[in-house]
Amino acid sequence: MAANGLEFEKPILELEALLDELRKPEKREEARAQGIDLDAEVARLEAELRRVIEQVFANLTPWEQTLLSRHKHRPYSLDYIRLVFDDFMELAGDRRAANDEAVIGGPAFLDGEPVMVIGQQKGRDLRERQRRNFGSAHAEGFRKSLRLAQMASRFRRPLISFIDTAAASADLRAEEYGVSEAIARNMAEFSALETPVVVVIIGEGGSGGAIGQAVGDRALMLEHSVYSVIPPEGAAAILWRDAAKAPDAASALKLTAEDARRLGIVDGVLPEPLGGAHRDHHAAAATVKRAIHKALKELSRLPVDELLSRRYARFRRFGAWTEGPGHGAGTGESPTR
Amino acid sequence: MVRAMRSPRSSPRPADPMSAGGWFGRRGRARAMDSVPDGLALKCEACDEIIFAKALERTLQVCPKCGYHRRLGAQDRLEATVDEDSFVEMDRELQPSDPLQFPDYADKIRLAREKTGLDEALVTGRASIEGMQVMIAVSDFGFMGGSMGSVYGEKITRTFERAADERLPAVVFSASGGARMQEGLIALMQMAKTSAAVQRLARARVPYISVLTNPTTGGVFASYASLADVTLAEPGAVVGFAGRRVGRQDLGGHLPANFQTSEFQLEHGMVDRIVPRRDMRGALAYLLRFFSDKTDDGS
Repeated sequence: MAANGLEFEKPILELEALLDELRKPEKREEARAQGIDLDAEVARLEAELRRVIEQVFANLTPWEQTLLSRHKHRPYSLDYIRLVFDDFMELAGDRRAANDEAVIGGPAFLDGEPVMVIGQQKGRDLRERQRRNFGSAHAEGFRKSLRLAQMASRFRRPLISFIDTAAASADLRAEEYGVSEAIARNMAEFSALETPVVVVIIGEGGSGGAIGQAVGDRALMLEHSVYSVIPPEGAAAILWRDAAKAPDAASALKLTAEDARRLGIVDGVLPEPLGGAHRDHHAAAATVKRAIHKALKELSRLPVDELLSRRYARFRRFGAWTEGPGHGAGTGESPTR
Repeated sequence: MVRAMRSPRSSPRPADPMSAGGWFGRRGRARAMDSVPDGLALKCEACDEIIFAKALERTLQVCPKCGYHRRLGAQDRLEATVDEDSFVEMDRELQPSDPLQFPDYADKIRLAREKTGLDEALVTGRASIEGMQVMIAVSDFGFMGGSMGSVYGEKITRTFERAADERLPAVVFSASGGARMQEGLIALMQMAKTSAAVQRLARARVPYISVLTNPTTGGVFASYASLADVTLAEPGAVVGFAGRRVGRQDLGGHLPANFQTSEFQLEHGMVDRIVPRRDMRGALAYLLRFFSDKTDDGS
């Protein structure tokens, strides 16, 4: 854990390393021999550690949130799947061209109840990252998730979609196989799935790659995840021709979980364990599990017609505008339909 | 068939820009389109030949030497496409706001308005094409790269919803760099909103024809523009997912020469047909005739 921390995590990681040292049996021996009260020192440092974490995490900038959302120790889709569900069987392939491993999915059981799960999966080590294209799906990945989503709809199994991608793939293969059409098709078809759909943004909610699997009835966001129309680096390059200004772009884009909640685009922000989900996968997963349960409980009461009209209305209202001269100055929400 | 596919060359479109005055009247001079050259002659961006502005007017801004399709603004596009005086604009009162207080956004909107004479990057309304009623939407690349923000998304969603309600075909010309960055997540959500609207239109069995023009990329190509019953494209248009440069950087020199063009998308099954500008109106009329109910065949 100490390795590969983020810059602003440094004071935390240093304190932790010190604590790890002091907790070693040989250090205890050494201290006892010299008549030092190590327990008191450890307790003091533990309190200090807590204070430092609280301080660092109370003042995170949007850019630091972005870095946290990409933290290489952060739980990924398969981690949540393992910790949230009793069982999971991965199914492969889009039945068109390939099996895109940037997307995983299959039937799972949530405390005994059958659900379909799809997720975007980054890799832990270099090899896995390459195999999974760093979690950036090609058309085949979106089509795999659509196949599983429609299976869920057909058999009335709730769909849980975990979002964690920097962006959809934009390489030659992506264009050849129609990644744009695949994203578009998913949004259209997900809007008509005849089963509850709960979306959980667990890390990076990157643009089209995210929304291509994020049309649902509820959208929840982990506290330190981000959701954005463009990565801050890209926005900075366009705005100021300088990718190094990404921190400024991160602020401008309003991409944090709290921003997304304030804009009404996600329904809830799920608090992470102190210091971020990567510090306690189990605690993070427990929060996610509770939130999925709650959402499904609310949604499963709705008849399908009602579910679908609410889902349409959920996206229908997104937008902010004013009405020009002669039409009064209305804002924001669209008129009801 | 023959009649439907007749090229408008044999019946030249009304070239008088004043005939469109009523459509865009509020902001007065609305001729400041990219496609309308100021001078007498100009150099073709594609072949470098010097061409006369007059000739370009006759060819709907297609280079007479090399066939390069120059951009058409929304007004010129409507003139080239719909029956004279048939266009009635809708939802023009929707004005962009600045929900994120994004740096320089308000200024960019103001400049785009001055430059194009438009209020937003999308013009919508009802019109007829060879006598057949349609709901039509046309984006204008000159207005902030034709980017899709709240107003664009709302207007196109209303176009699809009205098409479904009134059972009129939807015809949409896109020319857009994608979602509008300055509206952040709200712009991203327009992809979902417009795609869900197309889904409803399809369920209502009302036809939708999408025309991809130069350029159609990003969040527009990856949403409603790729979901039509029939997808047409102008020759040589840039059509793709990511900006062209992004793809090139990722892949070095291994990209085909026609990467992210209409022709590339046709080759890979993403486009039904490439239609030169002079034939577009005829092609649309042909399809509308195919889709139209026998009982109200206008001709």
